[in-house]
Amino acid sequence: MPAVDVKGLKKNYGKVIALRGISFSAEKGEIFGIIGPDGSGKTTLFRILTTLLVADEGTAVVDGFDVVKDYKEIRKRVGYMPGRFSLYQDLTVEENLQFFASVFHTTIEENYDLVKDIYSQIEPFKTRRAGKLSGGMKQKLALSCALIHKPAILFLDEPTTGVDPVSRKELWEMLKRLKNQGITILVSTPYMDEAALCDRIALIKDGRFLSIDTPANITAQFNQKIFAVRGLEMSRLLSDIRAFPAVKTCYAFGDSHHVTVETGQNELQESVQHALYLYLLFKGHTNVEIEKINPGIEDCFMELTKADVV
Amino acid sequence: MMILLGMPVIQIILFGFAITTEVKNAEIAVLDLSKDEATRKIVEAIEVSEYFHVAEYVHNTKDIDNVFRKGRIGLAIVFSENFYENLLHTGKAQIQLIADATDPNTATTLTNYATAIINNYQRQIVATGPVPYQIVPEVKLMYNPQMKGAYNFVPGVLGMILMLICAMMTSVAIVREKEMGTMEVLLVSPMKPIIIILSKAVPYFAISAVNLATVLLLAVFVLKVPVMGSLFWLILVSLLFIFVSLSIGIMVSTLTSKQMIAYLISGMVFMIPVMLLSGMIYPVENMPAILQWISHIIPAKWYIAAVKDLMIKGLGVQAVLKEITILFAMAAVITAISVKKFKNRLE
Repeated sequence: MPAVDVKGLKKNYGKVIALRGISFSAEKGEIFGIIGPDGSGKTTLFRILTTLLVADEGTAVVDGFDVVKDYKEIRKRVGYMPGRFSLYQDLTVEENLQFFASVFHTTIEENYDLVKDIYSQIEPFKTRRAGKLSGGMKQKLALSCALIHKPAILFLDEPTTGVDPVSRKELWEMLKRLKNQGITILVSTPYMDEAALCDRIALIKDGRFLSIDTPANITAQFNQKIFAVRGLEMSRLLSDIRAFPAVKTCYAFGDSHHVTVETGQNELQESVQHALYLYLLFKGHTNVEIEKINPGIEDCFMELTKADVV
Repeated sequence: MMILLGMPVIQIILFGFAITTEVKNAEIAVLDLSKDEATRKIVEAIEVSEYFHVAEYVHNTKDIDNVFRKGRIGLAIVFSENFYENLLHTGKAQIQLIADATDPNTATTLTNYATAIINNYQRQIVATGPVPYQIVPEVKLMYNPQMKGAYNFVPGVLGMILMLICAMMTSVAIVREKEMGTMEVLLVSPMKPIIIILSKAVPYFAISAVNLATVLLLAVFVLKVPVMGSLFWLILVSLLFIFVSLSIGIMVSTLTSKQMIAYLISGMVFMIPVMLLSGMIYPVENMPAILQWISHIIPAKWYIAAVKDLMIKGLGVQAVLKEITILFAMAAVITAISVKKFKNRLE
């Protein structure tokens, strides 16, 4: 029995369609990532799975219980960490943890070993009010509170949004450890670079899953050659690359532009690369670097969304 | 938006029509022990004036007490025996005006109007007759002989404070959970939603109980307003009213998810009518029929009436059975609505 089994979920808010029919299943003890931009329906999906919302269509089973019929059972078994910081700001760190322990009819002592790794990092600040914590510490506290009743399944809605890179890394290491304790983790994130840290991922866009697979398989399915192009004037570079006939797609990716190109039958990858280089020099760009790279999740996401539009 | 656009309309109507200390068509009782030409004329003059409406004719002094207990009558006019004869022969006759002074303002207004009408009649007969006749109205104030304002505003303040603490604070406290997102986490827990709500309401119930005690102690020892009736029933009625207010707060909290709106609803929609329409500041009797009708659905109005009866007039519990029943019914209806409207989920 999968930990989470979802079939054909649809949800509208009036005229706004949040989910357009989503199906997937997450196995016990895996980290299942739901990756997609803001507004793609991640939070709605999480709220349906945590029994906070009722879907218009479709069924969802969490830990063997239907999210609509047996919502009370599910509420005993899952831990939920909403995307927005949702603890009592005017209670201290320790009081928050105690409060949530008592809400779930347990004590801090009972499950201390489960939260120890995370909680020990914020324990020095346990008399501080939760509202005064930094972003990363808030998330660690929220995670501790969501874990205090030893849930079978953990739902984390964008746990790393607004968190510094070091804390992000720490959070993901904690998730790995929780996974090793047998907890199923469903995590959503807008950061594509975090996808590789999940066992399996689902790419979501506009309420639809584009692909569900392991991160490696998803990038392996990417069947195009891809270049990273850098230069001094990045924005002019973008439009100039797009104007080059052989270029299929060109997206801005942080410090470089990722470019896929069309290659003729006998044409070598390298010759296209060289032609592009000369073209850009001709256009007056300086310090141009073009290098061949391995596709990442984000490249796949872009490719899949492009296919979706067509 | 509705509130922004609607409030001026409601306020101008309230202030324009309702909020007047003038008295119109006040219900009075008449005890006419003499039943002669003069008394009939005076009663007629009183009846035709727009200020009074003779609701009851009573037949002995004991009945006067009874009609006052019913609470409908603001003023009783008592003509002494052989009124006309006395007037003709001794040139002097007595009228007693007995006013319900739990609301000193209204009592003063009523006695002034009545005295004016009687003086008017006196001038007429003086003009026709040879002797300078004199009618002496003797004013007697029931329940509050010293005309202390405190007698009127203690029940009003009680009603307002309890409403404020219970309805506004409870609704805002619950809505804050929604706004902070903590409600979301609490819902995804084995805790029953009804327990969440109750645990939000219980502290305010306790605070209100303390407030009730403070106001009563202050009233008795500082303002020297005695508790004339049964303290037990006074407290019981107050607790009932606290319960009604709490359920109003919970109901408001199910209607909105923004603290600001909760403030506005409990402040504008509940507080202002409580102040203006509950009879605390302005007597409800003078308001247009439609406003009087609206005032019936305001719990504080019934509560204040009950407190006046129990505390100031010192009446027994049977005098406020109607108020108790109405408050009970309101509590039941509002609780039912809020339970029905409360969601186990986010929407």
